[in-house]
Amino acid sequence: MMNPRIPEGPLDKKWEWYIAKARLINPANRRKYKVIVVGTGLAGSAIAASMAELGFQCEVFTYHESPRRAHSVAAQGGINAAKGYKNDGDSVWRMFYDTLKGGDFRSREANVFRMAECSMALIDQAVAQGVPFAREYGGYLSNRSFGGVQVSRTFYARGQTGQQLLQGAYQALMRQVALQQVQLNTCHEMMDLVLENGKAKGIIARNLETGELSTHQADAVILATGGYGKIYYLSTLAMNCNGSAIWRAHRKGAYFAAPSWTQFHPTSLPQLGNHQSKLTLMSESLRNDGRIWVPLKAHDTRAPQDIPEEERDYYLERKYPSYGNLAPRDISSRAAKEQIDAGKGVGPMKNAVYLDFQTAIQRDGKETIQKRYGNLFDMYEKITGVNTYSSPMLISPSAHFSMGGLWVDYELQSTIPGLFVLGEANFADHGANRLGANSLLQACVDGYFIAPHTVMNYLAGEKPSETPHHEFGTIERLETEKRIQRLLQIGGNKTAEQFHRALGTILTKECGLAREKSVMEAGLEKIKALQQEFYTHLKVPGNAKQLNMELEKAARVEDYLELAQLIFHDALQREESCGAHFRVEHQTPGGEAKRDDLNYQFVSAWEYADGNFKLHKEDLHFEFIKPQERTYT
Amino acid sequence: MKLTLKIWRQASNVSKGSFETYELIDLHPEMSVPEMLDVLNEQLILEGKEPVAFDSDCREGICGQCGFVINGNIHSPEKGVTTCQTHLRSFKSGETLVIEPFRAKAFPIKKDLCIDRRAFDRIIMAGGYISVNTGQAPEANSTRISHELAEEAFDSAACIGCGACVAMCKNASAALFTGAKISHLAMLPQGSVEAGKRVKSMVAQMDAEGFGSCTMTKACEAVCPQGISVANIVRMNSEYWKA
Repeated sequence: MMNPRIPEGPLDKKWEWYIAKARLINPANRRKYKVIVVGTGLAGSAIAASMAELGFQCEVFTYHESPRRAHSVAAQGGINAAKGYKNDGDSVWRMFYDTLKGGDFRSREANVFRMAECSMALIDQAVAQGVPFAREYGGYLSNRSFGGVQVSRTFYARGQTGQQLLQGAYQALMRQVALQQVQLNTCHEMMDLVLENGKAKGIIARNLETGELSTHQADAVILATGGYGKIYYLSTLAMNCNGSAIWRAHRKGAYFAAPSWTQFHPTSLPQLGNHQSKLTLMSESLRNDGRIWVPLKAHDTRAPQDIPEEERDYYLERKYPSYGNLAPRDISSRAAKEQIDAGKGVGPMKNAVYLDFQTAIQRDGKETIQKRYGNLFDMYEKITGVNTYSSPMLISPSAHFSMGGLWVDYELQSTIPGLFVLGEANFADHGANRLGANSLLQACVDGYFIAPHTVMNYLAGEKPSETPHHEFGTIERLETEKRIQRLLQIGGNKTAEQFHRALGTILTKECGLAREKSVMEAGLEKIKALQQEFYTHLKVPGNAKQLNMELEKAARVEDYLELAQLIFHDALQREESCGAHFRVEHQTPGGEAKRDDLNYQFVSAWEYADGNFKLHKEDLHFEFIKPQERTYT
Repeated sequence: MKLTLKIWRQASNVSKGSFETYELIDLHPEMSVPEMLDVLNEQLILEGKEPVAFDSDCREGICGQCGFVINGNIHSPEKGVTTCQTHLRSFKSGETLVIEPFRAKAFPIKKDLCIDRRAFDRIIMAGGYISVNTGQAPEANSTRISHELAEEAFDSAACIGCGACVAMCKNASAALFTGAKISHLAMLPQGSVEAGKRVKSMVAQMDAEGFGSCTMTKACEAVCPQGISVANIVRMNSEYWKA
């Protein structure tokens, strides 16, 4: 049984007492310790800046040319904080409860409470950094509402909240780079983790511009490498998002938790053609004013304007009257899939539903709507050529956020001592589903407020590393070299991209929004066959000692092919429906998800064991709330 | 649809580059420019040739990673659009597209269409931040900022750092990029305290990186995918003289 090392004491005192009792290192000694941070999104930049501010040496790696390009930049809608500014009944407790419920009672009470608790300081921090959050006319911060809640607790900067928060973190990081407290390695990808006496002590990195491999030593390694939703190929993620760093750590002994819980975001643009490389996300905030509908009649080919009110089905408002269009993401996505599967999908590929602003424009005027969502409407028009002021948007569910990731305890430490995992790369706070505007929050609080305490607590028990002896990391480096050569030498006739597309198609169809045992078993076999084909038919042009994007892709797809198998194992194991994981065998007569608390109230944490994935369980204890049936009706 | 592509190929920063011509026949108007290059690359790899190296990541116009010159247009023939958000419906079937990297001394070419824009990071390092440490911030609502000011600061902060402004400028000036950051931070009460120090060091770094000077032709504003206004350059200059 896994021990999450949750501190004793009342829920609202756990974190306070943890900080009070955590070990410290005196400022003069901090400079003797070094940490490696991989990833420069919100979590990575935040922890690197924070550790550097404390006086630790910090070496940072990102595969981007600049930390500012990390995918946190693309988050649109907002960030939650229980400030209660609206006097609408919000509180840390309510946010904690909403988040736990939104996660279908498959996350840890203590972690979720801490996230809600830290949310207030985070808004203060971001404002101090100059993040231009939306303001009311009196100068106070403005809020809006997001899915799965009945209060307005989301802070936002137009439709570019992620960009603005990342700018703040990136600037804080660059300030430390200038002060030489942080050594920044851009265009470097982590290829492997180096352990010494079972502890994480360094990484092997590849310079993406020259192909050169290098070994780096530190006293702790922090992974903040984001999610792996791109494994589905068509997803809302950036092209280069990948699961390789955490997968490499998993192969080295870090347990992987809940890999099959990938959230499908309900408001992505639909696939429009067969050459599509990704799907674009439209902010969930649009659901504050947009109404979602499909034609009442299947296979209705009329233009949306020609379908009269009484022949439209506003299915979310009908099925979930108290949350309506703001029903949580898993529920909204599945409801859309149901409509599409019933032949009511719209758009050229009949794979979308309408998100309509006519009611709001009539009620509030075009100008108000323009102020709220103008840039999102512009973006939609740039991509599709359609003007949303006169015609509804087409939206459809698409693979988005990984709730799974490396297993971490309360200190955000993985099963490998000295390996910390932050933000989307860990599994911790979201349960089986994530509510909107909580991902930016988790990444930020992990980086700014939680890990600085827990990493220092760990380092205080470690002797600072001496200059690396020359054997440090040589085995891992050699293995990486061999691995790269192996990929280059296959010499087949299919590109890495083709394998990725095939993999994504199998996953989407056979382990996507709705899952069924026999279908998944067949899917797993297909993945295994695809993996064999990969090792005989992959073609990577060029060599290892140059900028070679195909080689980068090939290594990532190689890891995905293994991770995909774990995803199937995980989904097969969990004989219940919860959040993003919907098993058709386990549903209520009304077609809703049926959770099984008696048998599955645990986190599945998988050990690599040479490709034979071994299940470990962390029981979830609900000491302060009682898990209830998750209804939004 | 069918397109002829003339693409700049350059093996590395030190090698000589030239245009190569490719024909693509089975294209669709809803594809984006990077997706078109994906198709080309797949074809090239399967023919045993080197694919075209090009940058693009989020493909949503927000990460700032993509950006080529297409038929002399920075990013796109359309206004206010990044390369990744340019779709083939912007072109006619049978057309020839000349595609080359953004060109500026301070943005060395790495390979084919990939350029190195780390000079921008060094400008930010010189002072493009508010000097605040983690965990000591006052209550957010204690800093009141009017709606208008917050919106104006956002307009400046919206820069994605793609470098289009530099590529378009005849002097390869980074004044719009730098001006936007200086304006964003100087405008807000949190950032105004160190505004003078900031503008001096950022402008000095901009010059040290080899960016040219601004002559206010407003070409940068015209190609900025985020619509950043040259008013930011005016603000930078006035902050500079104030300092």
